[in-house]
Amino acid sequence: MTEERPNAVRSGASKLFDLRYLIGGLFTLYGVVLIIVGLTDSKAKINKAAGVHINLWTGLGMLALGLVFLAWARLRPLHAPGSDEAK
Amino acid sequence: MVGMQAAGLRLDVNGLDYGILAIYFVLVVAIGLLARRAVATSEDFFLSGRSLPAWVTGLAFISANLGAIEILGMAANGGQYGFSTVHFYWIGAVPAMIFLGLVMMPFYYGSGVHSVPEYLRRRFNIPTHIFNALSFAVAQVLTAGVNLYALSLVIKSLLGWPTSLAIVVSAVFVLAYITLGGLSGAIYNEVLQFFVIMAGLIPLVVVGLVKVGGWGGLKDKVNNGTPLAGHAFSSWKGVGIPWSNPLGDWIGIVFGLGFVLSFGYWTTNFTEVQRALSAKDLSAAQRTPLIGAFPKIFIPFLTIIPGLIAVAIIPHFGTGANNSYNDAIPILIGKFLPNGVLGIALTGLLAAFMAGMAANVSSFNTVFTYDLWRPYVVKDREDGYYLRVGRIITVIGVVIGIGTAFIASGYNNIMNYIQLLFSYFNAPLFATFIIAMYWKRTSPWAGFWGLASGTAAAAVMHFTGYNISYFYPGGHYDASHKTINAQMLNFYGAIAAFVADAVVTVAVTLVTKPKPVAELAGLVHGIPDPNAPDPKDAPKPLWWQSPKLLGFTALGITAVLSVIFL
Repeated sequence: MTEERPNAVRSGASKLFDLRYLIGGLFTLYGVVLIIVGLTDSKAKINKAAGVHINLWTGLGMLALGLVFLAWARLRPLHAPGSDEAK
Repeated sequence: MVGMQAAGLRLDVNGLDYGILAIYFVLVVAIGLLARRAVATSEDFFLSGRSLPAWVTGLAFISANLGAIEILGMAANGGQYGFSTVHFYWIGAVPAMIFLGLVMMPFYYGSGVHSVPEYLRRRFNIPTHIFNALSFAVAQVLTAGVNLYALSLVIKSLLGWPTSLAIVVSAVFVLAYITLGGLSGAIYNEVLQFFVIMAGLIPLVVVGLVKVGGWGGLKDKVNNGTPLAGHAFSSWKGVGIPWSNPLGDWIGIVFGLGFVLSFGYWTTNFTEVQRALSAKDLSAAQRTPLIGAFPKIFIPFLTIIPGLIAVAIIPHFGTGANNSYNDAIPILIGKFLPNGVLGIALTGLLAAFMAGMAANVSSFNTVFTYDLWRPYVVKDREDGYYLRVGRIITVIGVVIGIGTAFIASGYNNIMNYIQLLFSYFNAPLFATFIIAMYWKRTSPWAGFWGLASGTAAAAVMHFTGYNISYFYPGGHYDASHKTINAQMLNFYGAIAAFVADAVVTVAVTLVTKPKPVAELAGLVHGIPDPNAPDPKDAPKPLWWQSPKLLGFTALGITAVLSVIFL
């Protein structure tokens, strides 16, 4: 349906920020924190997790995902506001 | 409803875990603030200006349904029913999501409607529209309250915060990011939440499996001396007539769950469809549910397995006095995860609750503004006015949600009845939509009477079903109604609703006047909208973006997994 909208305000959607930087930043931060915690975990903490260095592994996984998102956002940036959907 | 047993679930959280949680909550509000800059029109607020890429809307599509009630509830089903729980995913979700993307999305997105109820207004008439918009809006606000209450129970049992504090604090965060950022705020947070909940669940499953001695060890332990012994790892065993599968017979599973309930929810629930309508073009809208289907295929491994691990390592889990099936994931988090990952898992769980509630609120404000306020109460104002209405009604909706949560904390059963009541309204929707989209003769009044009689049939089936011995295990009627297979009765209620809706829709159509064909352009199969842009002008998607390829790949994976877990 195309309704008549006199004096229509222009959509601000093009100002929407790139979510990939946010996900990338958060996971990189969480990943680094968990890796540090994992490297300093006591034997008791590791035994709690059935002998798995779970903080370390989760940290590495989250860091990797974070870096993938940052790289993706960097290599394929959003199109400049107003530009067409051209490749 | 998530009924947690408060005792013994308290997590051993420290400053590190609270720090991880705090960073997330700061980010949640930051997303709202940043998204606010992109809200200039009401369409920006309610539909993200139809600008989002498919991977964002696709993950939000799945995340809007991946609330914590869903996660905890499916782990509970995993512990109680074993792998039969996959029916809620592989037959009860994936086919419907693919159908939405491939078949129905062109009608929704292509016709330019803002909402699912608006489709009904243009296809049928005003009474059909009001019936659907009103029942949807009321259901969303009250469901938001249910989510909020469940969240407060979890916070109370895991962290020890008082219920009322937990309700108000989480409501304020949700309110902040939706009022500011509108649907973009909600969707961006849903995508972020998806990754955080995965980061919490995957370590839990890995550690749990190591603990029980791997997949083989889990099978051994569950098959020896637990109530699930012998049928925990198959999904289709015992679905013949008479049935012995925990979810009942194949008729209920295939037609009730797989066809009526699943298609009704995934293809007509506006909370879900709204995510696809916010996509930047038709191709992205079609790919929204298809991209969502891939995580949906694999999520059961992250919910059912924790349920089974809990059964394997905790004696009398779920059947004893000290714990309920709903506690599976919280218990395992407390048992296995050291500080650090513990904070991530806790953050994921709380984020899932907020996302569930935010999804309810962000679809409620849209339907209220576009489908009730603008057409019927205050018409023909400038766009900025409706943007303000949207923000104000968001606040009102959250306040009603808080009120509902407080009522629920006093009368727990009321919430179960409310949810049951809304399930009556949902059950017949798919019949009406599919007939409307494929039979151009379907008349305006057929829409209204079809929905009304389908709703009534679901209610009648539910109440008479309690007296039918077939719905009891082994066919043994139980006068106290306690042993009834409620899931199976629910599936049959949906079948009744579908049949009643279809029969009445056809009957009423035959005796009433159809809509002129010109008014149906773009809404019905075979009647293209003359004003629609030529599909040939649209940019050609790359080969891996083809909706058909995505859809059939997802179906193929589901079929292979179904055979493995036959």
